[in-house]
Amino acid sequence: MAQKITIEPVTRIEGHGKVTVHLDDNMNVDQTRLHIVEFRGFERFIQGRPYWEAPVHVQRLCGICPVSHHLAAAKALDVIVGAGTGEGLTPTGEKMRRLMHYGQIFQSHSLHFFHLCSPDFLFGYDADPEKRNVVGVVNEFPELATQAVMMRKYGQEVINYTAGKKIHGTGAIPGGINKNLPVEERDLLLKGDDPLNADKMIEYAEGGLAVFKDIYSKNKDFIDNFAHFPSNHMSLVRKDGALDLYHGLLRAVDKDGKKILHDIDYQEYHKYIEEEVRSWSYMKFPYLREYGTDKGWYRVGPLARLNTVDFIPTPKAQAEFEKFKAHTEGKPNNHCLHTHWARLIETLHAAEMIKELLQDPDLQKDDLVTKGTKGNEGVGLIEAPRGTLFHHYKINENDQVSMCNLIVSTTNNNEPMNQSVNFVAKNMMSGQPVITEPMKNAVEIAIRAYDPCLSCATHALGKMPLEISMYGPRGEKLDNYRS
Amino acid sequence: MSDKVKFTIDGKECTGKKGQLLVDAATENGVYIPVLCHWKDVEPAASCRICTVRVNGNYITACTTTVEEGSTVENDTPEIRDMRKTIVEMLFVEGNHFCPSCEKSGDCDLQALGYLYQMMVPRFPYAFENREIQASSPKIFLDKNRCIFCKRCIRMIKDDQDRNYFAFKGRGNHLEITIDEKLAAGMTEEQAQRAMEICPVGAILRKEVGFITPIGKRKYDKVPIGSDIESQNKKGGEK
Repeated sequence: MAQKITIEPVTRIEGHGKVTVHLDDNMNVDQTRLHIVEFRGFERFIQGRPYWEAPVHVQRLCGICPVSHHLAAAKALDVIVGAGTGEGLTPTGEKMRRLMHYGQIFQSHSLHFFHLCSPDFLFGYDADPEKRNVVGVVNEFPELATQAVMMRKYGQEVINYTAGKKIHGTGAIPGGINKNLPVEERDLLLKGDDPLNADKMIEYAEGGLAVFKDIYSKNKDFIDNFAHFPSNHMSLVRKDGALDLYHGLLRAVDKDGKKILHDIDYQEYHKYIEEEVRSWSYMKFPYLREYGTDKGWYRVGPLARLNTVDFIPTPKAQAEFEKFKAHTEGKPNNHCLHTHWARLIETLHAAEMIKELLQDPDLQKDDLVTKGTKGNEGVGLIEAPRGTLFHHYKINENDQVSMCNLIVSTTNNNEPMNQSVNFVAKNMMSGQPVITEPMKNAVEIAIRAYDPCLSCATHALGKMPLEISMYGPRGEKLDNYRS
Repeated sequence: MSDKVKFTIDGKECTGKKGQLLVDAATENGVYIPVLCHWKDVEPAASCRICTVRVNGNYITACTTTVEEGSTVENDTPEIRDMRKTIVEMLFVEGNHFCPSCEKSGDCDLQALGYLYQMMVPRFPYAFENREIQASSPKIFLDKNRCIFCKRCIRMIKDDQDRNYFAFKGRGNHLEITIDEKLAAGMTEEQAQRAMEICPVGAILRKEVGFITPIGKRKYDKVPIGSDIESQNKKGGEK
């Protein structure tokens, strides 16, 4: 008999969503969908508010990567106050923001891999769920768990000293920053007591990468073949093609590495990117306008970034990048679970960048803000931990926000996440007489690889979790799973 | 004949001058009586009631009462603290005070009193007022949903011909603060800054300079409201 399985809530992700798996009369998977069921609102809340409030107001849509929203909004407002598009700030303004952002990348990536995903790899996707969680990691791998906590703490401290608070600070203001980094704060971050210093964090990041490589060497078939499908990839890249998570030009490549978006100025993103609305999800489906909804969808995030950039501008991460690229002979890597590999390379890059920035004397200077001729519209893009984040604002003659459009990283990954859950459901559930908990967890693993933040994606206020449901061909609900 | 007046506040012996307002005399004696509408040397409005004390057993606002020889003032008692907390709670629910994204957060007297009196949850239903935002003045962004009707801006911010930039309009439930847009077009940066600073909440914002003070350097980031007055008290005691 045909069935519909619901996995709800999907756990160990940021936000609330559910997965439905539709089975036909032969118990084969017909269709799988990731539904985002949260309320969307921030684009409306901000209307009428003074524009300088946006970086502080809109970041409240997330507690995990508020810095990304804070900075993307500030970058959009830089354009409005005439401070240029990412390159017009004072050296102190730009470098303080970069430091804040790399602190954010470092803590968010560490949280995602070690706290949320490592249980699936360290214990196996089919291990007892009682053990397959962060508490299990603490009990069986205490040293690794401690390092993970310290990595997150360090990243949060970087944010604290640049934004004023670990979560929801106020550092970035239109045209610059409201503080510099006094020498005593710099020294705490650069050469603080072990393990909270820059060198130790680089060492820990290298250790995390080694953990993944060890897991990979033992589970190569599973990791390589899990949700492996071709796609386009998009990210910001620096003018010279380097990985740059704070600012750059927008580039997309296809599954073979051919450029399909040629390093454009993101102020014109709307000429190239459209969003499609589907009736069953509050999350939109963005795609490259030129290629349409079927062929224009793309991935963003760590995997996409390492597929679009030409190199990484820090030595240790570059060495790892070369190994990563060699794995697919220089072509884009379309293995879903290799996203973790890419994420850990970026974690190492973030640690190196933090050290490099901390050694820069511009951080102690007092020239913090730039302003020029005011305009009425601006776009800010940033590479958030989960991928490319778009903030677009218009203001009226009274300095009030009149329009706000946010395309967050998880929204950009909407179609790939749906492709991934469909791939995994078809491969692991089709034709099976009984749908087991590990099969359902495999669907969740596919979603987790993207590190989705569903509260960001729907700009929701409130609580989260995610579920999986099963339905028959006539739409009857047959099973519901809350993990 | 001496113009000195002796009285006590919560048992502490204090000295004031004849005709001096109790709230000012308390400050000079290192005793903090909270205020939201009062400003030294400006004619009292007595609109917020947060400075209510008991003088010789009677409840009265310290910003309109002068010190009297031999009077006994109760200020920081559990009963009065609870009454003040209630006033703060009512002011919060009457407006739309969204501290997380308000640029006066950390510099806001109302928020600081919320912390001082440990306001944890609203005990009163939200009024969900939706008053107009007046943003057409070139230097001032006026968020009427945050106004607590203290009248500081009306009493203190004037042009060189003593004309008011700010005024009340409407009556009763419909009362709201407003700005004379024509007059305000000539406002100086200094007047705009002053208007923002004296506003005890985030109703008056100076345009285009929001969040310029980093967290950690705002008025109440490290010390609670009133501690500057109470620290004088300690210094006095040390002498």
